[in-house]
Amino acid sequence: AFFWLVSLLLSSLIWFIAVKASDPHDEPLQKGLLIFGVMFSVLLQEAFRFLYYKLLRKAIEGLVALSEDGCSPISIQQMAYVAGVGFGLMSGAFSMINLLADALGPGTVGIHGDSQLYFLTSAFMTMVLIFLHTFWGILFFHGCENRRWWEIAAVVVMHLAVSGSTFCNPLYVGSLVPSYLLMAAAAVWAYLLSGGSAQNLRRFLLCK
Amino acid sequence: GSCQGNSVERKIYIPLNKTAPCVRLLNATHQIGCQSSISGDTGVIHVVEKEEDLNWVLADGPHPPYMILLDGNLFNRKVMLQLKGTSRVSGLAVSIAKPNPPQGFSPGLKCPNDGFGVYSKDYGPQYAHCNSTVWNPVGSGLSYEDFDFPIFLLEDANETQVIKQCYQDHNVPRDGSGPEYPLCAMQLFSHMHAVTSTVTCMRRNSIQNTFSINPETVCDPLLDYNVWSTLQPINSSGKVDPQKEVIIVATRIDSHSFFWNIAPGAESAVSSFVTHLAAAEALHKASDVHLLRRNIMFTFFQGETFDYIGSSRMVYDMEKDKFPLRLNNIHSFVELNQVALRNGTVLWMHTDPVSRLNDSVQTQIKNLLNILSSSSAGTNVTLQEVGYSQPLPPSSFQRFLRARHIPGVVLTDHQAAFQNRYYQSMYDTPENIQMQYPEGLSPEETLEYVTDTAKSLAEVATVVARALYQLAGGANNTSAIQADPKTVSRMLYGFLIKMNNSWFQSIIKPDLKGILGDVPQHYVAVSSPVNTTYLVQYVLANLTGTVVNLTKEECLNPEKTPNTEKEMYEYAWVQGSLDPNSTSRVPYCVRSTVHLSKALSPAFELRQWGSTEYSTWTESRWKEIRARIFLVASKELEIITLVVGIAILVFSLLATHFINAKADVLFSIPRDPGAVAY
Repeated sequence: AFFWLVSLLLSSLIWFIAVKASDPHDEPLQKGLLIFGVMFSVLLQEAFRFLYYKLLRKAIEGLVALSEDGCSPISIQQMAYVAGVGFGLMSGAFSMINLLADALGPGTVGIHGDSQLYFLTSAFMTMVLIFLHTFWGILFFHGCENRRWWEIAAVVVMHLAVSGSTFCNPLYVGSLVPSYLLMAAAAVWAYLLSGGSAQNLRRFLLCK
Repeated sequence: GSCQGNSVERKIYIPLNKTAPCVRLLNATHQIGCQSSISGDTGVIHVVEKEEDLNWVLADGPHPPYMILLDGNLFNRKVMLQLKGTSRVSGLAVSIAKPNPPQGFSPGLKCPNDGFGVYSKDYGPQYAHCNSTVWNPVGSGLSYEDFDFPIFLLEDANETQVIKQCYQDHNVPRDGSGPEYPLCAMQLFSHMHAVTSTVTCMRRNSIQNTFSINPETVCDPLLDYNVWSTLQPINSSGKVDPQKEVIIVATRIDSHSFFWNIAPGAESAVSSFVTHLAAAEALHKASDVHLLRRNIMFTFFQGETFDYIGSSRMVYDMEKDKFPLRLNNIHSFVELNQVALRNGTVLWMHTDPVSRLNDSVQTQIKNLLNILSSSSAGTNVTLQEVGYSQPLPPSSFQRFLRARHIPGVVLTDHQAAFQNRYYQSMYDTPENIQMQYPEGLSPEETLEYVTDTAKSLAEVATVVARALYQLAGGANNTSAIQADPKTVSRMLYGFLIKMNNSWFQSIIKPDLKGILGDVPQHYVAVSSPVNTTYLVQYVLANLTGTVVNLTKEECLNPEKTPNTEKEMYEYAWVQGSLDPNSTSRVPYCVRSTVHLSKALSPAFELRQWGSTEYSTWTESRWKEIRARIFLVASKELEIITLVVGIAILVFSLLATHFINAKADVLFSIPRDPGAVAY
């Protein structure tokens, strides 16, 4: 979570400097700067995920050295999951806290013509991003572990796609639907990489 | 800008910036004004432009409580009492009626300052409580009612239009049934800390001051300063010789309206004190003022609107020997009240019928009236006496009469009821006294343009100045004493239209530049001195004082400089006018006899919070006052959002539990059944 926070701080610093250095009344320029800021932030988040992977790798060597039986008490897959959840929770908190603070007042969004469903759709978008960060954590670390660079590239591309789709708002169908589809795909992929299979899933559901 | 509010907040709320609240004032026994809940009052907006629209609010509307946007013409006692009695109203926003309501509008009382003047059951009972003459028949007494919902004034027509547009888009009932959510709503914050009465709030103040480490005051007494000046200099810290007689000329300089800090007071205050200032200027120009037998004191009382705060304090100080003059120094009293709306050329002279029963007083009053009438010869003013059995109108003179039977006269433009149909309201504006300027003038040209109103007031000032000269024992021909219409016009412009003009800027102290910012208004307020008091002080110093050749240090420290006679004069270092070609000013030192004396009701000095003899008005304190509009969602949408959230939470908890329990089934690679790392 801390790593995500640092990546957000750095990317917002870059965006802030860019905005200050440019003309505030030039609308297309400001929109362009925002898109640039978002893309830059995505790349920075993934870079920090990679840095975190490197850090954890070193940590596992240390833990193995310290343990009695030569195995680390926590596996790299568990660490991948935890890293993903951490990124997701921090990103979710930052997305939702200021909305929640304003939702406490008596008013709702809409007096300037925005959609009334603003709070609901923001909540769903945040939920999908938290799930996605978790699955991307698993995929990313697996790709780094097994030197499969195309998995890492897929994570980055997916992240860029989901962040980019939010520029379709307030046409919420343009951002929520693709994001949920991507989340389903990433969920399946991460499940398969973590040792699941269709058989296990059927046994789990039927036993239930 | 970079420091704007959170962008989500900007999507939700539109703040209303140009509003004026109605605040709570308290006296010995009652509270008046408005109150909101501590976290603001919210309601669905309904625009009321005719009386039939009220039925929706009071009975038919399906989404109470309502926040009403009231047209200014409907802001009358009948509508307000209907709104006061219902619980379906959570607040009110009034838009100013343009043009002024033609039938008149006065939220003041029909009988202003009743009970604090001279007429009571012991003195002229037939005149007390307006039994013989109702002074303000248009008065509805709205300012003196207690409302438990907030009432705001919308000063900007653009903001009113935004609210009406929001109402049109969302709140208009369609086809007889109620409008659909989301609805446009407004929230008003004006929580007042003081309750019940001055007695209660001052008691709470003293408890706080005694026991609390961080005392929280709940109310403040209304106070300010009276401005006074004498024609011949007197020792302001000593006492005047009892044989020396003084003639007092008085006017009030404050006004009030239903809303806080909105008190243009054109006819009720400004017309009279501007005339007074012009008369003072005219008198000082006479050649033999230092030879006159009697002195003249020009007094400007502050706080007269609230049961004669300034004049009651001055009388108290005179009785208790805290003022250089005593009551037995006063030879006669001339007061100017509301002189701008003369009917034709007539100016009425009011006297007190009860004190005229005494023969010596009757002789002096007759003398006074004769001198006044003779001074009007050659001017466009006709002085007439009102009927013998009519009492004095509400005036500062009444407080002096309570203490001693001084011969005096009150000059007004009304014979019985006020000519002013907007007494103590927000509509008592320059238009009310028919100040008209031609189109297309720059601010400098407007400052110098002489209106007809200014000429008319200058005539009155001339008459008053000549009469005072003769009263004071002057023997020369009075035709040389003339008030200057240009000065009157500049003062009217400054006190009614734009305080920040070049003349006012040149006559104030350099560090007071900040007071010349706002729209002119004349409420007495609780922090003193207010802008009006400062400006009256400096204008009087400019008009009646002399420029002396002292340096800045000498002027600011006159006690260190020889020959300045510090006790007789006041010295002020003023910033001077701007050279047309440069950006710097040439400051200079002005010597005048203008002094300030504290205008705090004696009830607060004597700590008699429940006094019925002295004014006990206080103003409540508050934390924040603001207004905003936004949309509100239906209860159904809110409940759906909440239920969906809780359902997803419960589902995710269940799913996590089951996945964790059956982890070995789901994931075929065996691993230690350790706790899932969160």
